[in-house]
Parts: sequence; structure tokens; C-alpha cells
Amino acid sequence: MNRLRRVLALVRKEMRQLLRDRSNLALGIVLPGLLTLLFGYGLSMDVQHAPVAVVLQDTSPGARDAASGLALSPYLAPRWVDSMPAAEALMRNAEVLAIVNIPGDFSARLAGGDAVVQLLLHGSDAATARTVQSYVAGAFAQAAARRADAAAHRGASAAAGAVQLQPRLWFNSANTSSWYLVPGLIVIIITLVGAFLTSLVVAREWERGTLEALFVTPARPAEILFAKLVPYFAVGMLGFLMCLAAARWLFGVPLQGSLALLVAVSVLYLLVALGIGLFISSVTRNQFVASQVALLTSFLPALMLSGFLFDLRNVPAPVWVVGNLLPATHFMTVVKTLFLAGNVPSLVLPEAALLVGYLLLFFAAALAVTKKRLD
Amino acid sequence: MVALLRRVAALVRKELLAILSDRATRIIMVGPAIMQTLIFGYAATFDLSRVPYAVLDASRSPTSAALLARIDGTALFQRVANLDAVPQIGPLVDRGKVLMVLHIPQRLEAGLAGGETVPLQLILDARNSTTAGTASAYLGTIVESFNAEQRVRAGLGAAAPLRIETRAWFNPQLQTRWNFVPALIAALSMLQTLMLTALSVAREREQGTFDQLLVTPMTPAEIMVGKALPPLLIGLVQATLVLGVALAWFRIPMAGSLAALYVGLVSFMLAGVGIGLAISALSATMQQAMFFAFVLLLPMMLLSGLATPVANMPRGLQLATYVNPLRFGIDFVRRVYLEGVGLATLWPDLVPMLAMAAATLPLAAWLFRNRLV
Repeated sequence: MNRLRRVLALVRKEMRQLLRDRSNLALGIVLPGLLTLLFGYGLSMDVQHAPVAVVLQDTSPGARDAASGLALSPYLAPRWVDSMPAAEALMRNAEVLAIVNIPGDFSARLAGGDAVVQLLLHGSDAATARTVQSYVAGAFAQAAARRADAAAHRGASAAAGAVQLQPRLWFNSANTSSWYLVPGLIVIIITLVGAFLTSLVVAREWERGTLEALFVTPARPAEILFAKLVPYFAVGMLGFLMCLAAARWLFGVPLQGSLALLVAVSVLYLLVALGIGLFISSVTRNQFVASQVALLTSFLPALMLSGFLFDLRNVPAPVWVVGNLLPATHFMTVVKTLFLAGNVPSLVLPEAALLVGYLLLFFAAALAVTKKRLD
Repeated sequence: MVALLRRVAALVRKELLAILSDRATRIIMVGPAIMQTLIFGYAATFDLSRVPYAVLDASRSPTSAALLARIDGTALFQRVANLDAVPQIGPLVDRGKVLMVLHIPQRLEAGLAGGETVPLQLILDARNSTTAGTASAYLGTIVESFNAEQRVRAGLGAAAPLRIETRAWFNPQLQTRWNFVPALIAALSMLQTLMLTALSVAREREQGTFDQLLVTPMTPAEIMVGKALPPLLIGLVQATLVLGVALAWFRIPMAGSLAALYVGLVSFMLAGVGIGLAISALSATMQQAMFFAFVLLLPMMLLSGLATPVANMPRGLQLATYVNPLRFGIDFVRRVYLEGVGLATLWPDLVPMLAMAAATLPLAAWLFRNRLV
């Protein structure tokens, strides 16, 4: 009973302290909101209206027809250029992402079934270059298909058998990157509030000695740490709910799995992040160092190595191992699956169990460090 | 003049000592820059490599074997399962064990012999739609070349009526790493330069030593220079470290000149230091300074084109990137490094960075004495 009152008093004190300092509140609320909007709208892998220089050295109807697909593609913005040197100058100035060169003998060779189109890509941004490459190929393929159809109508050629790939995108029928980026933001925001903000604030208390002052009171270290975490837990949940609302209503990301499960796993991960923040601050006890360590070991890896932007399936084994050591990676998998694929118990449950393991690990470590330093 | 220089030099020395005397801070200056370049250099890739996939081959014919051999022949895909029935597909994809499942219909051979177009179903896990799209595009080219071979075999003339010969400038293998690692030269040094500068004045304010500095014979402009130079130097050292990793470890060839690169880096860091000092002058405590720096840094990183191209952003956000020195810094470094263009072409990147430095550095000096808060 006494203990409960003590803890409640501590929690009230921490709440007041948090509310008093506006910058903390801003970091907890304004930043998640800002980030959701910026990431949601700003990060996009979807190339649109890519400027492409087209050099049509063959002005015959056949060549025009073949190139017409470029203008029809919603992803390409062709610029008709008179000569190759002019096109190359545009490319050097990074004004176009590619040059499509249709040589003078194009239609003559097309009749012989041996036409060549030259595609020069601005390779600096390789991912965009590849996308543009597939759009250009698609545009020519469509024109070719139209020609083949016309020929078939005339009953001209004997068709060769061909296989046709029919891709079906599961879990992301809109084929938009925001469907996987916006749910991933939940991971980023929780990491930010849980690990970064908490480590910063608690490290300041170590630096100023106010934490030691608390330790001489009858309150136990565990109680003090618990009380410290309550306000940040609240701030983290607020950020989570904002992200969730934005994902559902602003960006229209479907939630295929259960909301309750998503909330439960997010609470679990928020606790893990708080544990990490607490541990970092107790070890470093210095604001600048704590903030840098939190940035380097939790926030940036969550951004880069958790599968948020870059698919961990493509990285070399050592990086894959590092990525899979991060709690953020496992939470990321769960969040994306719950949002886009649904409740997949065979995937969600083991990952959640792993998060529970991390939770115990970090809190035990934080407590151990705190105790040791008090002796 | 000499006295002025000596005063500024003394302040620079003091600042460097203040930053570098702490061992933890020293480690943070060097270690993470190299570590991050290495890890991010490997992690930040949109290139496929050994993507796990499964096959449901209902045809089980020489033709389907030939098609699969083509797919397995690339290092891009790795077959991890051969399925027997459609119901097996769902659980495998759900659990994320494979990125895609290729369903080859039973009538593949008969259909091809009859001159039909046979559909091949490809089921993709688009939880990451970028990877799914890339995989689908690659498989498309493999299928195209397979079709071309079929045409040749059927004696229907050339391999393809229309060939697209593709060549990539500046990055012949089209590796995303070549795009990402040079950008880190600017991004990583910005991260710490700005944090460091933001703390410099705020730390003295918090400890009360800044007032002492203000009553010395030094003018605010001199203090500003003394405070701006050390982070600039540290930022340049960090940029050089990252450059070293890019050249020596990742062996990404540098097309442009080092001189041009450093001209760009200095202008870029002047802008970064200016912003950092202005933040620092505005904040009363280190925590506030760190908060401001962080709130600024995140959008700066995001709206810089580091991870996703600026051109993919909506119009409004593209406009917002014009006040972001990092956007110009990254563009500058990439273009010098990969495309080898010189300063004559790059002034549109240089001018905004220098303008930002010209605006923020005097502002910071003015704020030293006339803080708003």
C-alpha cells in the first residue's frame, strides 16, 4: 500500500516534469506528426513522369509508331530531341534520366525482324534507372504487341508460342510504396520516443545528479525507473496512435490483421524501446553521448537495417545478422504483416515471443547497471 | 590583424580541446562514421541478390526445366521450395519464406507447340512493393529471352523483332550502392557537424561561460568564426573518412576531381555549421539545442534525396527541399563523384549552400548578443 502510494507520487512528479518542459512534449508529439506526414508523402519509390530524351533519327511511320508507346506511358515524360549530341548534353546536365535513340535504319531493319533501339540510362540513381529501363521496355513491347495484333488480323504471320508472365501482387494491390513505408513508420516513431527521447532525458538526470538524489529516498531503484518510464510510455502510445490514424485515414493503408493484436505488439515493442533507452542512459550518464549512442544503435539502425526502406533479403549475410539482432526488425515484420497480410500466427507469435525476450533482457540490464552504480 | 587572428586561433584551439578532450566523444567522432558507411553501404541496396522463391511446376517438362534453369542461372533468385499443389502457396508466402511463387501451368509444352500464348502466374509478396516490382521486372526479362529462344527454335527468324540495347552511364552495373555511399559523404558528416555545433554555444550558455566569452575583447563575429571552424574541420575529417571507405573498401571509382569535391564540401558544411550555430544561439540549454537540431535533421535527411529521389516527391515537398543544404550537398557530391562534372556545371548546387551560410552565420553572430528568448 505504502509502496503503491510512493510509486504514484513518483509518477505524478515525472508527469509534471514532462509537461513542464515543452521541448520534450514537442519531441513526443509534434515530431511524430511531422514525421508521419513527411515520410508518408515524401518517401516514395514510385517513379512518375520520368523525363526521357527521345532521338528519332528515323522519321518513318513505323518508327513513330514504335516510339508512340513512350508518350502513352504515364510514367515517362518524353522530350523529343533532334540530335544525339543535344540529348547527351541534356543527360550530362541531369535534365533527363535516359536517352532513347531510334536509329535511321530502324524501320528498314524492323521489316527484317532485326531492329535495334538504343537506350542510354543515367545510372547515377540506379534504382530509378532500372525502373525507367523497365518502363521503356514496356512501352516498346506494347507497341510491338499492337503491331502483332494488326498483323494477326491480316492473317499474315504464323505465331510462335510464347509464355506471358502474369504478375500478381499479394498484400499490396495498389502497388504503392506508401503501403509499406507508412506502417513501418510506427516502428520508427516508437523507437524515436522510446529509445532516443528516454535516453536523453534520463541521462540528463544522471548528469545533474537528480537521480542520485531520488535514490536516497525510500523509493527503490526499480520503482524510480518505473515511474520515469510511465510518462514516456504515454507519449510513445500517443505517437503510435497518431501514426495508426494517419496510416488508416490519411494514406488509406488497409489493416488486414486484428487491431487488438497490433496494439498489443506495439505496446510490447514500446516497452522494449524504453528498456533500451533506460539502459543506454544508465551506462553513459551523459546527454550528448547518450543521444549519439541512442541515435547510432537504435534510431538509425531502425531506419536503415530493419527492412523499413531496404529489403533485408538482399543484403550480405553479416548485415543480415546485424539486422536480425535488432528488436526493430522483428517488430517491423509483425507490423507489415498485420497491416498488409493479416494475422499470420505462425509468423506473428514467434516474433512477439522474441520481443518479450528482448524486453526482459534490456530491463534486467538497465536494473543491473543502475544498482551497480549505486554501490 | 595579427592580434585578431591570434584571438580567433586561441578560441579555435579551446573549442577543439573542449570537443576532443572527452574520450567517448572522440570515439563517437570517428568510429560510427566508418561503421555506418560500411553497414549502410551494404544494407542500402535495392538490387536483388539471392531472392528466395518457390516453383509450382505442373508441367514437369523439358521446356519448364529449361525456363527454370534460366531463372536459377542468375544469381538473383534462389529456389528454396518445389511445390506440388496450389494450397501450399498461401502459407509459404504469408510467412515470408519466399518472395515469389512461379506457377507453371500443365499445358505449357502443348500450348507452346500449338503457337499459343501460355500464361505463367507469378505470385509476389508485395509487403515490400519495391522488391516485388524489381523481381517481377527481372523475371520479365528472363521470360523475354526465353521466348526469343523459342522463336529461334521454331524457325521464325531473328531472336526478337525489336531489341533494346541498354547502356548505363556513370554506373555501368547499375548498383544502388554507387548512388548511396557517395551521398553518405555529405549526410554522415552533416549529422554530427550540426549536432556538435548546436551544442557548442548552448553548452557554454548552460554552464554560464558564454557570458564570460562575450565580455572578452572578442567581437561576436570573431566568436562566431572561432566556434564555426572546429566543427567544420571535424566535419571535413569525417567526410574524408567516408570518402576513404567508399574508395578503398567499396572501390567505387571517383570520376571527378578531389578539389571540386572539397570546394563543395566546405560550402556545404559552412551552411550546416551556420544552421547549427543559429540553433545553438537560440537555445538556452543543451537539451533544447539537441532537440532543435534533431527536429531539423530528420526532415533534412528525409527531404535530401538520400534514400529516395527528390523527383518522386509531391510538388510541395520538392519546393521544401530548396531550403535544405543537404539536398544540394548530396546532389553535389554525387555528381562530382559519379558523373565527374566540374564546378562550372555545379554552381546551381553551390549557390544555395553558400547563400544559406551567408544568411545563417551572421544571424548566429547577431544572436549571440541579441537572443530572442
